[in-house]
Amino acid sequence: MLKTRVIPCLDVADGRVVKGVNFVDLVDAGDPVEAAIAYNEAGADELCFLDIHATHENRGTMYDLATRTAEQCFMPLTIGGGVRTVDDVRSLLLAGADKVSFNSAAVADPDVVARAADRFGSQCIVVAIDAKTVAPGRWEIFTHGGRRSTGVDAVEFARTVIAKGAGEILLTSMDRDGTRAGFNIPLTRAISDAVSVPVIASGGVGTLDHLVEGVTEGGASAVLAASIFHFGDHTIGEAKAHMAAAGIPVRLS
Amino acid sequence: MLTVLIDYAAGNLHSAEKAFQLMAREVDGGDVIVSDRAEDVAHADRIVLPGDGAFPACMTELKGQTGLFDAMVESVETKGRPFLGICVGMQLMARTGFEYEKVPGLGWIAGDVRRIAPSDPSLKVPHMGWNDLVIDRPHPVLDGIATGDHAYFVHSYQMEMADPAHLLAHCDYGGPVTAIVGRDTMIGTQFHPEKSQAAGLRLIANWLTWSP
Repeated sequence: MLKTRVIPCLDVADGRVVKGVNFVDLVDAGDPVEAAIAYNEAGADELCFLDIHATHENRGTMYDLATRTAEQCFMPLTIGGGVRTVDDVRSLLLAGADKVSFNSAAVADPDVVARAADRFGSQCIVVAIDAKTVAPGRWEIFTHGGRRSTGVDAVEFARTVIAKGAGEILLTSMDRDGTRAGFNIPLTRAISDAVSVPVIASGGVGTLDHLVEGVTEGGASAVLAASIFHFGDHTIGEAKAHMAAAGIPVRLS
Repeated sequence: MLTVLIDYAAGNLHSAEKAFQLMAREVDGGDVIVSDRAEDVAHADRIVLPGDGAFPACMTELKGQTGLFDAMVESVETKGRPFLGICVGMQLMARTGFEYEKVPGLGWIAGDVRRIAPSDPSLKVPHMGWNDLVIDRPHPVLDGIATGDHAYFVHSYQMEMADPAHLLAHCDYGGPVTAIVGRDTMIGTQFHPEKSQAAGLRLIANWLTWSP
């Protein structure tokens, strides 16, 4: 049976792990490669690096970080942030990433998703959707770290990028990110029901019950969190034990 | 001893290279290189065909580099050099692929590659994540790997087996999904051993020391 994945996310800026509260007030939480090794040993199912400054500082992506992590962590690694072109995807895959996540670039030009999926396969193309609630039951895409409104409906956009060939959706609720108030369940459920591919729920995890809710109520195939793991509130093992106790299949070995 | 990972512009070669190099050091398995040169493949004692991507595109790339495809086929079919296909590299071992279009495979394993169709329609495709293996047949490369061990899968198509004698392991995803195939000097894994932590590294070490 396929297991529900628990994914610690390392937000990276200037080569260091940070975690913003609603994407401001960054707090330095360590060296990304060291953190990746620790999560590898703790039983994380995947790792995710997001280069949170890449888009608005126009920086390139994190080839060196991918390479050093892949040399020491034999587990799946997704990298996002500042990914704009098919060549960016190729470079990250060669450096050591297993999946590459588009964000703003896919909003500006959904066809870049098709070009990348045609070249490398849907299985390694993730589209990150950062959505804010604009009305009850309506969510809109925001880009550039949540600062820029696009007017694009999140559920429609999810359907569009899946049709273009995206293999997975990384869904972040900008209303909840950094709040520790739990996932935005209606948003997660709406996107999960709308697409045929796995959805990773992200944004707002404060307790282990939130992880359970993302799966049982939100319909997510994977749950992503940062703060509760980075600051030692809970281990990956505790998260999985809690999910298993709630009847969710997880990889415990 | 030289192991060559074939670079045909498909996939995560760096992590695969590092995993094979690490295990080669542990088991005294010689050198591991990544190469797209036919002469390196011709001289290789062991050949790994990795791969991420679509079946037709991967086959086109593999055949598009001068002499590479022929060198690989001669080493495996004529010289009997140990071969390991990973993910799409494993799928290319089949008779025929049906991803987007019908494309002939290497014809090494009696099976065809078709889209995964879980019996439960709520199951998502791609089949992505950790699934537990069911060992169907003992094999030296599975030494120390047991039913229940987890491996990391990410794929939308799978090899449907025509000859169960070539099936070494499967997993369940709304029906059986082929996980490991093998015949003579050839092994293929649908999952990524280089991403499957302990069980994956064990399989790589076993394969590097396997003398079929």
